[in-house]
Amino acid sequence: MTSLWPQIEPLLPRVQKPARYIGCEDGIGDPRHGDGKVAWLLAYPDTYEVGLPNQGLQILYEILNERPDAVAERTYAPWTDLEAELRGAGLPLFSVDTHRSAADFDILAFNLSAELVFTNVLNMVDLAGSPVRAADRTVDDLLVIVGGHAAFNPEPLADFVDAAVLGEGEEVVGEITDVVHRWIAGGRRDRTTLLRELAQVPGVYVPAMYEVSYAEPLGDGSVDGRQGHITAIEPRYRDVPATVDKRTVADLGDWPYPKSPLAPLTEVVHDRLSVEVFRGCTRGCRFCQAGMITRPVRERPADQVRTMVADGLARTGYDEVSLTSLSTADFSDIEPVIRGVLDDRRAAAPVGPDGEPMGCDTTINLPSLRVDAFTVGLAGEVNSGRRSGLTFAPEAGTWRLRTVINKLIVEDDLYGAVESAFSQGWTRMKLYFLIGLPTETDDDTLGIAELARRCVEIGRRHTDRASVTVSVGGFVPKPHTPFQWFGQNTDAEFRRKVDLLREATRRMHGVNLKWHDPAASTAEGVASRGDRRVGRVIERVWREGGTFQEWGEHFDLRRWEAAFEAEGLSLEWYVHRHRTVDEVLPWAHLTAGLHPDFLWDDWQAALAESGVEDCRWTPCYDCGVCTGYGIEHVVASPVPPAGGSQGTGQDLTRGAELSVPVPVPEPVPVSVLKSVGRRPAADDTLLAAAPAPTSGSVT
Amino acid sequence: MKLRVRYSKRGKVRFVSHRDGARLWERALRRVGFPVATTNGFTPRPKLGFGLALPTGAESVAEYIDIDLVAGSTLDMADPDVARSLSDALPMGMDVLVLAERESVTGSLQDDVTSTTWELTGPGLAPELLEPAIQRVLAADELLVERERKGQRRTDDVRPLIRDLHLDASTDAVVAELVTVGRALRPSELAGALAPHVDPLDVRVLRTHQWIEHDGRRREVLPLPDAVDALERGLSA
Repeated sequence: MTSLWPQIEPLLPRVQKPARYIGCEDGIGDPRHGDGKVAWLLAYPDTYEVGLPNQGLQILYEILNERPDAVAERTYAPWTDLEAELRGAGLPLFSVDTHRSAADFDILAFNLSAELVFTNVLNMVDLAGSPVRAADRTVDDLLVIVGGHAAFNPEPLADFVDAAVLGEGEEVVGEITDVVHRWIAGGRRDRTTLLRELAQVPGVYVPAMYEVSYAEPLGDGSVDGRQGHITAIEPRYRDVPATVDKRTVADLGDWPYPKSPLAPLTEVVHDRLSVEVFRGCTRGCRFCQAGMITRPVRERPADQVRTMVADGLARTGYDEVSLTSLSTADFSDIEPVIRGVLDDRRAAAPVGPDGEPMGCDTTINLPSLRVDAFTVGLAGEVNSGRRSGLTFAPEAGTWRLRTVINKLIVEDDLYGAVESAFSQGWTRMKLYFLIGLPTETDDDTLGIAELARRCVEIGRRHTDRASVTVSVGGFVPKPHTPFQWFGQNTDAEFRRKVDLLREATRRMHGVNLKWHDPAASTAEGVASRGDRRVGRVIERVWREGGTFQEWGEHFDLRRWEAAFEAEGLSLEWYVHRHRTVDEVLPWAHLTAGLHPDFLWDDWQAALAESGVEDCRWTPCYDCGVCTGYGIEHVVASPVPPAGGSQGTGQDLTRGAELSVPVPVPEPVPVSVLKSVGRRPAADDTLLAAAPAPTSGSVT
Repeated sequence: MKLRVRYSKRGKVRFVSHRDGARLWERALRRVGFPVATTNGFTPRPKLGFGLALPTGAESVAEYIDIDLVAGSTLDMADPDVARSLSDALPMGMDVLVLAERESVTGSLQDDVTSTTWELTGPGLAPELLEPAIQRVLAADELLVERERKGQRRTDDVRPLIRDLHLDASTDAVVAELVTVGRALRPSELAGALAPHVDPLDVRVLRTHQWIEHDGRRREVLPLPDAVDALERGLSA
């Protein structure tokens, strides 16, 4: 139990950005090991810059260190240069707090925010000195746990993790600590006993406690559409639950964490204070896994938000705070909170010789904003100085497609927001869109370009510098969403759509197009909806050197394709195949509380272009979460926020209409469109009707 | 009121870059609530002046920062709590050694500092090998070193940049005073010239002094009080 710092220190002059590995952040605890404490090593399987700001990890770090029977430290994926140095020197993964070997801990717990980090998880377990496969671990090895959004389908990692936690971790980490504590006190007898006890903790899923059966090939050796499908997922023991439910904290006000936010010594991706204003979202966007798995909405009390902002800024010395949530303009008390935060800052600031408070300029960040004029007004209130860029996510280019995905932004809201932003001095706007959404036609795709063009037209009335950046990403269907049955677009189809947009925006002055690598979306699709058999592919990609797959310079889809080939599995079957209602999905035994019937009905409603409203302010449609878990929305305001239209019970039949004139579009030459459309139009309407089962084979 | 602070950077924080150091200072000054003046303009920044960059990985007991306070505001420099609170707001390993008022006419650190003193230690820097190497360098008229600047390799005579070079009798460290004007000589480059068999990445570097020479008189930017000096020497031994 000693620090490895003397061995690590000589390696750091040899690596890029060595400050990532020293710890020493403001706000860290004083982790003391020993006294029978259960030692947690909280891991983020990506670089320090990406992982340090992660609020989930910071919250659990603090909660565990407050317990007398636990101690927690942090670790992040060492970049490839340090990994090579560590392996060369025979050194293991280490904590950044006290630079202890990972092997000195009892639990290695990963936060999985995304799927492409799965190979990094394997790499870090290996670097920690534990066998990568859970079945090979002994009583002396680490207990490997995963949590976070991507752990809602942990099946691709089933062979590598000992347990996955579904949902929010605040309470369950204590219960896991209790179980492990008892097991250690009892003399660390066999691992199966420990795993079986963990499986009894609500929210904890132990893959080894479940048997997955697959359809066998037909007797005559022929295949049909069912071959390779899962036929059953069953617990191995009677005391293991058939279904694992997610954990949900009923009242966010009981958990004012992090109380001591970490401020790093080196630059990270979100270099500011973050205060979470609410959890959950019931806007009901059908592509959005976060909105589906974090229900219901639980707002933090407004005065607690104010206190946390004031304390956090005073402790860290930051002058910028993000009020985080899935849709911050929906926070009931957003306007008074913003005013209150600014008042508190003025009150706390030193008074200058002129009697005025000094140095109280505070930037309030409102991420994930709704698209409407009210929101722009808010952004104006908090952003008096810098009005360079504003970001919105309409997600789809036409009202029709937005009804399919239930992102019910009417055209009036959209152009109203744009008008409002440019008139208040913003000059640049960033718009996020998804391509490859269910039922998408080329008209929908090109609608993105048209929408951007109109935004620039509106902007030009206010400033010659008006520009719009359109950022498109390929849609990856996620588990526990209404789109979980949808066959993801192929890499080629994504590229064709990107080409359509490139061609359409090429001559649009002021419109810049950016796109996410479609190949990465394909790999993400593998990990998102894969089953246990995909674990072999992930292990092979890792063994072939495929770490840091979220980083373009390290990602190569051919590595994934080769691994599928070598393992005798079909990438097409896992990623591009439409699922049917009777298919046993790999995560069928795991639930975020959403009724399977609700999800399927919502999928059918999507195909029928029918929207659902936000149940915060309109009657409950029984998705299953509140009723099933006996919890409910914690929302201060009984009425929808001003300005927003999305899902608030208003008349949406005229959603595509405009009350303010927008310049008539210039006709796009038809020849241009034809020249880039390489595939027949029939392919673009792949899913205009209910999905039909496609055949595929898995051997 | 304008301040000049001498501070240390020792231990793990030696891996924090000069650029990150600037962000650290801004946060620390906000935490202690110093009335720091800000630049005018669209995005006001605190008025801070940083001295010569310390290479990432090097330690120092002679780092400097200039801080401009809002016109008309004052700090009680004699109150030890003022310096202590600032040290407390800085990361472990960074401590305020001297806090002084700076005359308005004082030039910037970047412009005024003419030379800096370094201590080099590390495995392979054996005194019996270094002593002859040091004598050779001191006796030579020129010392050609090939080095890279802004992506271009070039050979420079660095002998005029070496003002002093000797072994510290008690610690066996190489002590070098290097001129900072013009294309300065980095301590790692000096180590390479003295001991070609040693990987410069294995050399531990400590900056101990920054000097201002004016009209033939050399003085330290802010000398350490004796008590602090003794403590720091103890730490570095």
